[in-house]
Amino acid sequence: MITVKNIYKQFDDFEVLKNINTQFEEGKINLIIGRSGSGKTVLLKCIIGLMKPTSGQILFDNRDFSIFSEKEQKKMKMEMGVVFQGAALFDSLTIQENVMFPLNMLTDQSLEEKLERINYCLQRVGLENTNHLYPSELSGGMKKRAAIARAIAAKPRYLFCDEPNSGLDPKTSIMIDELLFGITHEFNITTIINSHDLNTVITIGENIAYLQDGCLEWQGNKENVLTSDNQKLNSFIYAQPLTQKIREFIKQ
Amino acid sequence: MRLLLNALTLIGEYFMFLGKVFSVPERWKQFFKKTIDEMYSMGVGSLPIVIIVSIIMGAVVTIQTGLQIESSWIPKWTVGFTARTSIVMEFCPTILSLLLIGNMGSRITAEIGGMRVTEQIDALDAMGINSASFLVLPKIVALLIVNPILIVISMFLALLGGYLVALMGTVVAPYNYIDGITSFFRMYDLYYALIKTVVFAFVISSIASFYGYKIEGGALELGKASTQAVVTSSFLLLILNLIITQIML
Ligand SMILES: Nc1ncnc2c1ncn2[C@@H]1O[C@H](COP(=O)(O)OP(=O)(O)OP(=O)(O)O)[C@@H](O)[C@H]1O
Ligand SMILES: [Mg+2]
Repeated sequence: MITVKNIYKQFDDFEVLKNINTQFEEGKINLIIGRSGSGKTVLLKCIIGLMKPTSGQILFDNRDFSIFSEKEQKKMKMEMGVVFQGAALFDSLTIQENVMFPLNMLTDQSLEEKLERINYCLQRVGLENTNHLYPSELSGGMKKRAAIARAIAAKPRYLFCDEPNSGLDPKTSIMIDELLFGITHEFNITTIINSHDLNTVITIGENIAYLQDGCLEWQGNKENVLTSDNQKLNSFIYAQPLTQKIREFIKQ
Repeated sequence: MRLLLNALTLIGEYFMFLGKVFSVPERWKQFFKKTIDEMYSMGVGSLPIVIIVSIIMGAVVTIQTGLQIESSWIPKWTVGFTARTSIVMEFCPTILSLLLIGNMGSRITAEIGGMRVTEQIDALDAMGINSASFLVLPKIVALLIVNPILIVISMFLALLGGYLVALMGTVVAPYNYIDGITSFFRMYDLYYALIKTVVFAFVISSIASFYGYKIEGGALELGKASTQAVVTSSFLLLILNLIITQIML
């Protein structure tokens, strides 16, 4: 479980996050949703320690990240897997080397153990036989999946994904959602996903936090996200003509 | 005033960056592998340009020296001697290092900056790896080793260029040239030249990495950072050249 307590984040004199308080639960898909520029990436980067919040606390199972020594922080980071918005695979390494990278850097496993783990992870994301390709030889969706394989290689307890299915076709997007859902439940991972994909929201959103202009405006889950009467949330959910039509249709 | 403040902040950032870079590698095996890879790509990558430029430079310096010294009562070996001295002490270490800024420096900025823009550096940091040290230290160490080697190769090639001129033209007779370039050799000159190349190697690699590492924003910043790195390191190189010369000669 990850607890976010009174988090503020300011760039120069522009306040991006304003007093965020929330909890992300273990073994569940936790979504952070909101429009582009609402502060999702900044919040995620604060949680994983890539950005320092201006004030506030992040607790990992009640352990305060920011007061850890460097060594403890390092140990903590070994328990986290991150999938970045643009996949962020190392382009000078093959897919196999990419997935092996955290194992090389963080563990002392033998080559055989590592290969076994890599092949399992690649198979899990449906990328068998891409071991010796370079990231530039993969499609966008394949890169995202390879990034997921890399993120889960070292068996993390916490998994963070920044818009894992943005820019993908609906089928691939669903496949990635199912993959993340499966992994999360199989290994009891605390998963946090940034998204503005409504399909993701209503299919795998077990705990949903809605951000608008840096404020946490609503919290709930996929059961009540469509029926909430929160004005701000509805302006996000029902922004498209398609969803508006469906809502009118249901009301009739 | 504002400009001065910006400059000071930049210098501060640079030294903080160096502080991050110079930490003990976490995995020595990875570090050595990366350093060897870098040495290979830097060395092989810049060898063609080093060869061409050195031979031509040596030839030009010899012709010009020959034209300056055209008096019958100056000994005939003077042309070779003077050309060698300029080549070893100034042309090879300084001109070639300046050239390598454009060649290796901008490549380093583009590579590291590209990794920053595409969040690959964030990915390293998120794994708890010291990204500055992991990425930059092998490059600095590699260039510290490769640059002197390249410059020594360049010295031989430049002297060869001079010899070709002696063979072809009327500037200086070949045996006088050989006589000249082998006369009064001072080891200290070579030390001076090598110390310069090592210092320049550090400037080139660290400044190029610094500008790449600190990029914020998109790919548009990449070109800007690359230009800034080239300008800053060229300027620093010339200043340091002056300082080292003042101290050592
Ligand atoms: N390093 C930074 N310096 C200054 N401002 C920043 C920085 N990073 C983000 N911001 C600002 O913070 C706000 C939130 O950005 P963020 O990247 O978190 O949005 P987002 O919700 O992830 O959007 P998207 O869905 O487009 O990825 C934006 O207005 C952005 O301009
Ligand atoms: Mg974002």
